[in-house]
Amino acid sequence: MAVKNKKLNLKDKYQYLTRDMAWEPTYQKKKDIFPDEDFEGIKITDWSQWEDPFRLTMDAYWKYQAEKEKKLYAIFDAFAQNNGHQNISDARYVNALKLFLTGVSPLEHAAFQGYAKVGRQFSGAGARVACQMQAIDELRHSQTQQHAMSHYNKHFNGLHDAAYMHDRVWFLSVPKSFFDDARSAGPFEFLTAISFSFEYVLTNLLFVPFMSGAAYNGDMATVTFGFSAQSDEARHMTLGLEVIKFILEQHEDNVPIVQRWIDKWFWRGFRLLSLVSMMMDYMLPNKVMSWSEAWEVYYEQNGGALFKDLERYGIRPPKYQDVANDAKHHISHQLWGTFYQYSQATNFHTWIPGKEEMDWMSEKYPETFDKYYRPRYEHWAKEHAEGRRFYNNTLPQLCQVCQVPTLFTEMGEPTKLSHRQMNYEGERYHFCSEACCDIFKHEPEKYVQAWLPVHQIYQGNCEGGDVETVVQKYYHINIGEDNFEYVGSPDHKRWLSIKGKSSDDKAEGSKQDAA
Amino acid sequence: MSIEIKTNSVEPIRQTYGHIARRFGDKPASRYQEASYDLEAKTNFHYRPLWDSKHTLNDPTRTSIRMEDWYAVTDPRQFYYGAYVGNRAKMQEAAETSFGFCEKRNLLTRLPEATQKQILRLLVPLRHVELGANMNNSKIAGDVNATTVSQMHIYTAMDRLGIGQYLSRIALMLDGSTGAALDESKCYWMDDELWQPMRKLVEDTLVVDDWFELTLVQNVLVDGLLFPLVYERMDQWLGEQDAEDVSMLTEFMRDWYKESLRWTNAMIKVVAAESDANREQLQAWIDQWEPQVYSALKPLAEASTGIEALDETRAQLSTRLKKFQLQSQGVSA
Amino acid sequence: MSQLVFIAFQDNDNARYLVEAIAEDNPEAEVQHQPAMIRIQAEKRLVINRETMEEKLGREWDVQEMLIDVISIGGNVDEDDDHFILQWT
Repeated sequence: MAVKNKKLNLKDKYQYLTRDMAWEPTYQKKKDIFPDEDFEGIKITDWSQWEDPFRLTMDAYWKYQAEKEKKLYAIFDAFAQNNGHQNISDARYVNALKLFLTGVSPLEHAAFQGYAKVGRQFSGAGARVACQMQAIDELRHSQTQQHAMSHYNKHFNGLHDAAYMHDRVWFLSVPKSFFDDARSAGPFEFLTAISFSFEYVLTNLLFVPFMSGAAYNGDMATVTFGFSAQSDEARHMTLGLEVIKFILEQHEDNVPIVQRWIDKWFWRGFRLLSLVSMMMDYMLPNKVMSWSEAWEVYYEQNGGALFKDLERYGIRPPKYQDVANDAKHHISHQLWGTFYQYSQATNFHTWIPGKEEMDWMSEKYPETFDKYYRPRYEHWAKEHAEGRRFYNNTLPQLCQVCQVPTLFTEMGEPTKLSHRQMNYEGERYHFCSEACCDIFKHEPEKYVQAWLPVHQIYQGNCEGGDVETVVQKYYHINIGEDNFEYVGSPDHKRWLSIKGKSSDDKAEGSKQDAA
Repeated sequence: MSIEIKTNSVEPIRQTYGHIARRFGDKPASRYQEASYDLEAKTNFHYRPLWDSKHTLNDPTRTSIRMEDWYAVTDPRQFYYGAYVGNRAKMQEAAETSFGFCEKRNLLTRLPEATQKQILRLLVPLRHVELGANMNNSKIAGDVNATTVSQMHIYTAMDRLGIGQYLSRIALMLDGSTGAALDESKCYWMDDELWQPMRKLVEDTLVVDDWFELTLVQNVLVDGLLFPLVYERMDQWLGEQDAEDVSMLTEFMRDWYKESLRWTNAMIKVVAAESDANREQLQAWIDQWEPQVYSALKPLAEASTGIEALDETRAQLSTRLKKFQLQSQGVSA
Repeated sequence: MSQLVFIAFQDNDNARYLVEAIAEDNPEAEVQHQPAMIRIQAEKRLVINRETMEEKLGREWDVQEMLIDVISIGGNVDEDDDHFILQWT
């Protein structure tokens, strides 16, 4: 062995401080210490080729993270002390936070658990360390979100039982099944699904709507949390990019496996983000940009550059991305229309957009809004004005895979549902699209297990025989407080009294008409 | 002159989250409480793990230990993430000062060759034990559901990586940051008779499946003997070999271990007191593993402090476990 | 086709130095100011040099310090003691 006499550079020093602490076991078999690495069919010939995506020793981690936490909690304290919740643009905005806390925050916690798990499963020590650091980062996000929302929970409804709701409420099985799918998969698929597809390819489509939405709507607590968390995300993104390249470079047999995962997880991520699309276009009184614009910049442009880079490995862009790209003109409206009519069973309010907002949407969606969606809202507004605010009393058909109601439409035919169905072992399964049906076909034994909230209600597993009992008793949604129409809700009334008004008024700066 | 600042006060409609209020009542909750209770998914999982068809996700039966409510195990330090990194940032600042001072004054490189070699042979290889501890605690954090318990284990997993890095830096100080000393130290770990029982023990822990068995073995039995032996007794012994300057570089480990007793003791106390079945299971594990830990440390003790130091440490562990109605071998001093 | 790399960071006190340094070393880069955030993008490559930052700051600077304020990045990362590079090959 050559005697070293040259001072180590940053890269090599970091390797000595991480992977070099590992060794080749001789008293126990490697396969017994790392039993979960082979079953996915991914071939790793040489772990020493793993490039550490970032080089943070624990002393630096503690130092930088403590600095971030100090700043963050100072803001949380100031926000609470000064009743910062009164400075948001409008109380309608808080519904975005209700969606976030029940839909996204539990995923941060699941990510903590998932990364702790894969942080043990890989035989490559460099990969383990990167995953463990992400695990503790995700715990940070989970906990700082609880703290960020704490003050809002004291002054608005719908935020009071997020994890409990996440386990039960019908639309929350969309994010829950997404992450259960990733966590129940093997370690390589988990990293492809979350580190690459979600934390790299699609991350801005979660971050920009919520965090910029917060910035534009006067929510100091959330915007500060968002920016503080995003510096962790930069590390997570580099892990995502490194892991995909490493797997692809290790063996050509990995390419088709990874391609299939990229296809699956792009689509599951896209479907999950449909909830965010409606938040972005409908729940933010001060608009950041339209969902259509966000998708164009953050997926079509950014993603385009990325997949061009991956061409040399034999990877092509995700299957059905053309469907997703076309859908950007539609999905926010399709989702909002659905949630509008199922608001008796949600922990957040819905409403008809005001005139200015509808005009904004006409401008942002010139080919679709006035033609397909404005007429629905005008009809429902009229119904509401005449005392018949519309609630749909039947339960929606959910897609077996993504678990969103089967409300999506064919590309180029926005009045035709893209519903698919197939029989599998004597049962009929329903899907929102060809893409979800494809995912099912590849792993039917997995998706037949899904806990579909609507099926479960009908089977009597949700503590009630009628929707109202399920909503109050099983979902812990407080009827008349958390749910139904925004206008006239306790949140609305409280907001008016905070602002010293008797009704929403354009002259005061609000962009809403009272319905 | 007194200053009165009026803010626009608005009455809250609730004092905390529903899941917190169910446990502690509707009153303002601490940051630790809001961050640490009932955040994980508990029911209605969608798919069985492909890597473990015998369990569901978040399955409480990944250990044979049974608790009515795992949230009975809490952290006396009340560490949530912010408190944890804040605490460690202060510790690392002190450690950084010590390392910087040591480096500047060449306190290690001026030690005689033989002493430097002892450091590389007797102390630095423990960085590999630390990696084993890091791996074990990461596994536990992934298997545990209750946040009060899981977060303690991810914190300690990262702590072990940090301690391993401090031990590595001792060697890097000795070899002028070329890595040569670390290579030498690793050879001892792999081939020196002194380390083989320890290496075997660590590898044996890496195939333990039951996460509570693992936390008991790693965080109570191994650490409970190793840390006092190495960072108290061997530290003193190194001082007697004129290597007392090493002490400033391991102060972090002493402070860390002392703190760790708070949460590991609290955890064992609650779990052992829950039921006879738990206590019997813990006892069975102690009977199986503690003698192995003792044997694994014998060569290290014999090469440094002498076996009496290890026996005394063993007795201390025994006294500690007695408080939880558990027995281990070790003659009371 | 265009392949933009980008970096976005918090619009705080540290940001002004980062913007200065990046603008100097990457004359073709475009700087965008958004609420609470600054985004800088360029075709195919962006570099942040430690030397330039130290000149701007008037003190020693560790490349990793930047991590505190980063919000998002796009591109392959190449990081060492002296610089932080984002690029598409």
